[in-house]
Amino acid sequence: MTRLTKIQGGAVPLPIDNLDTDQIMPKQFLRVIDKAGLADGLLYDLRFDEHGSPRGDCVLNQRRYAGARILIGGANFACGSSREHAVWGLQQYGFQAVIAPSFAEIFYSNAMNNRLLLVQLERDAIDALTRSAIAAPHTSLSIDLEQQTVTSSSGEQYAYPIGARHKRMVIEGMDTVDLTLDSIAAIEAFERSHFIRHPWARVM
Amino acid sequence: MARTLYEKLVDSHTVLHIDEHNVLLYIDLHLMNEYTSPQAFSALDARGRAVRRPRQQLAVVSHIIPTHAESPRIIRDAASLLQASNLARNCERAGIRLFAADDPLQGIEHIVAPELGLIRPGMVVLCGDSHTTTYGALGALGFGIGTSEVEHVLATQTLVYRLARTMRITIDGALPYGTSSKDMILWVISRIGAQGARGYAVEFAGSTIDALSAEARMTMCNMTVEAGARAALIAPDATTFEYVRAHAPSLDDDAWQEALEDWRGLYSDADAQFDAQHRFDARHIAPFVTWGTSPDQAVAIDQPIPDEAGQPTPEAAASLRRAIEYMGLAANRPIAGTPIDRVFVGSCTNGRIEDLRAVAAIVRGKRVAAGVRAMVVPGSGSVRRAAEREGIAKTLIDAGFEWREPGCSMCLAMNDDVLGAGQRCASTTNRNFEGRQGRGGRTHLMSPAMAAAAAITGRITDVRTLEATPS
Repeated sequence: MTRLTKIQGGAVPLPIDNLDTDQIMPKQFLRVIDKAGLADGLLYDLRFDEHGSPRGDCVLNQRRYAGARILIGGANFACGSSREHAVWGLQQYGFQAVIAPSFAEIFYSNAMNNRLLLVQLERDAIDALTRSAIAAPHTSLSIDLEQQTVTSSSGEQYAYPIGARHKRMVIEGMDTVDLTLDSIAAIEAFERSHFIRHPWARVM
Repeated sequence: MARTLYEKLVDSHTVLHIDEHNVLLYIDLHLMNEYTSPQAFSALDARGRAVRRPRQQLAVVSHIIPTHAESPRIIRDAASLLQASNLARNCERAGIRLFAADDPLQGIEHIVAPELGLIRPGMVVLCGDSHTTTYGALGALGFGIGTSEVEHVLATQTLVYRLARTMRITIDGALPYGTSSKDMILWVISRIGAQGARGYAVEFAGSTIDALSAEARMTMCNMTVEAGARAALIAPDATTFEYVRAHAPSLDDDAWQEALEDWRGLYSDADAQFDAQHRFDARHIAPFVTWGTSPDQAVAIDQPIPDEAGQPTPEAAASLRRAIEYMGLAANRPIAGTPIDRVFVGSCTNGRIEDLRAVAAIVRGKRVAAGVRAMVVPGSGSVRRAAEREGIAKTLIDAGFEWREPGCSMCLAMNDDVLGAGQRCASTTNRNFEGRQGRGGRTHLMSPAMAAAAAITGRITDVRTLEATPS
């Protein structure tokens, strides 16, 4: 897989706390058995009115944010349903990273498994980046995945935390199933003794 | 070294330590539905991988299934039918047990699995559904995963698992009259917030929890994810063992004794350290109702809808403003008396037999208010049949409720049970998100008894003012 070491592009501010995955990818777009068409569903009710016309008050419909690669969200971003369609939709729409004060747990794992970078920063930093995104929508942010930094167009730089494994997953794109299957002998040994010690755990 | 219950469950399922934060966790049982598993099966196919342990998987058609009372059950919608038939095909090819649309045991996964005795203390159980936290009620570690992780579990029977921090929430005292575990969990979430338990495995303890039935505990643990928790747990006790014994007849006496000995070690050691602790007094619990669009936006039925000035942060004030506008309400006004259009009783939170009994006790001999459409969707075929045997179904039908077939239904409205724009619903479900039950729909989360009271009066009503009629 190709290495992903730098993400550069416009950033869209969407400062809504507890923005849930039902809103990020509404139910009518989950009626598929593949991953097709999810860019259309992304944040549908925010982007479109009840007649399907684009809502002018939605930042995602504003020309100055067209082609943005980074979404700046609120706290507990993507809480609620486990639907991975939320991650697929964000990526199909063109986002490579989300910056927020905090992320919901299941979404975090889903994002890492798809190489959608999640950047967790303090509110103050996010407020500053949001101001920068509004002032210079097209070239506003640059993320260095190896250095773990976000730099705004005005030169302010913020470091973000990410676990070593997740960092590698996003930069290199690991096949985690293959990696786990390298330990198949350990898994087999574990399950033999596990079901001898806990026979009641075999329920079917 | 002293360990919490959570740490004991993780330790007993750790195949290996990957690094400081991640372990390879062994999965005893994995449940699937029709909408979060298809892409996982496709990915396995694409890489030529097999399902490693078919007998440790179970699939249920739950989310997309229509709930019209008709037999046999037919899925007419083409996209939904494709999801159901695709699941059947995947299960057949891999040798996985499936409860299809017309199976008498079909239902919502989190209702079906415990009632079939498939969830036992000490297990680790996963599902591509966030409400898998339900199983903590029986002392099992359960949590939701995404589709990539479903693929990983199917291929390896393990999960690369990021360890959670530990939190204990202790609640003592008797549950006040007119309240239930649904009120208790809404109250807890309103106190700690929608991300108050984010990153934590929450263990509930205290005399209030001890006194709850196994099903009432499931309601608590089910909704703990709405506070952001990675898992919820209640140490198994006599109540748990009785429930499991009654639902798992396959365990013979010897196996049962052996299991009991094992399960009796499943508690947090007296000197175990938690990363965070909360302590609450059950005396403060009242019937709770959500007024907003996040599960933590809830008040006691006799309290007003809050205002911006009372919010702790500018972000919370902004959320409140947005929520009140969406919900068509006004700050500082009472929530009680708000007229409703629909009532929905069901879901993995409150679709069990005890929940239906609570509704029946309120509506027996009364009628659903004129202009209100009220439906009951049992959590499973077994729940539906039990309610029919007990006469509950007749009570509900006589009162004017629609008595429907099991499924997730209007909890997330993936089938044709949908709120219209602007319709207001008294709902026993778990999420009041914008558009959750239908675009523009307005959801008020509450207990089964409170939903029953709303059905009868046509307004959000304090159930304590109505007289219950036990059977």
